Amino acid sequence: MAEMTIKKRPKNLDLTTIRLPLPGKVSILHRVSGAGLFLCLPVILWLFGASLGSPESFATFKSVAGMLPVKVILAGLLWAFVHHFCAGIRFLLLDIHVGIEKEAARQSAAVVFAVSIPLTLILWGVLL
Amino acid sequence: MINRIVVGAHYGLKDWIAQRATAVVMAVYSVLIAAVLLVVRPATFEAWQGVFANGVIKFLTFLFFVSLFYHAWIGVRDIWMDYVKPVGVRLTLHVLTICALVGYTAWAAAILWRL
Repeated sequence: MAEMTIKKRPKNLDLTTIRLPLPGKVSILHRVSGAGLFLCLPVILWLFGASLGSPESFATFKSVAGMLPVKVILAGLLWAFVHHFCAGIRFLLLDIHVGIEKEAARQSAAVVFAVSIPLTLILWGVLL
Repeated sequence: MINRIVVGAHYGLKDWIAQRATAVVMAVYSVLIAAVLLVVRPATFEAWQGVFANGVIKFLTFLFFVSLFYHAWIGVRDIWMDYVKPVGVRLTLHVLTICALVGYTAWAAAILWRL
């Protein structure tokens, strides 16, 4: 019995040849978006603080948020938030055993992208 | 004789639940604040500040930030545990993450209670 458990299994950890199924893509992007949001927390807090501080700091906030490089970062953060939100709801449903069958899980992964990408674009149009 | 291995008993469950509970708090807040902003449509600094100066919104926004930082702690800790193997480096990253998140909590409180 012990021999069976330590038997060598084939391993593939080569990122260039791994082809993730759709739920795998949702999962890794959930991690990537979460990490990105965490790393940008100082930027988010600074912008939030400036927007609420005083009329002067609000003006600074507006001009900083209007700069192209900042806009690009904010667009990325917006996508990260929306994806993390949508994928997070899917994970919460999976946690309570909703849609855990293979086919249902694939479909809900597709739904995450089908919702998160247009929603990001809509919010981008409204906010940025 | 029963040979039980008791390693890491149930400390993971608490974090697992906390990560999900904080996620629900943030999701509810996000929908709520979006609805408030859609109704109020603050176009000026005074109107924008007025939204967050409201006692209930202020409380809920702070709750959102605290949930966010606790949620981020569990998520980022998981990332360090998955990819960083040397114990010393991992421990240092854990401590730095906690320091940053505690600092952000104070920062968020300072932003909100200046209003």
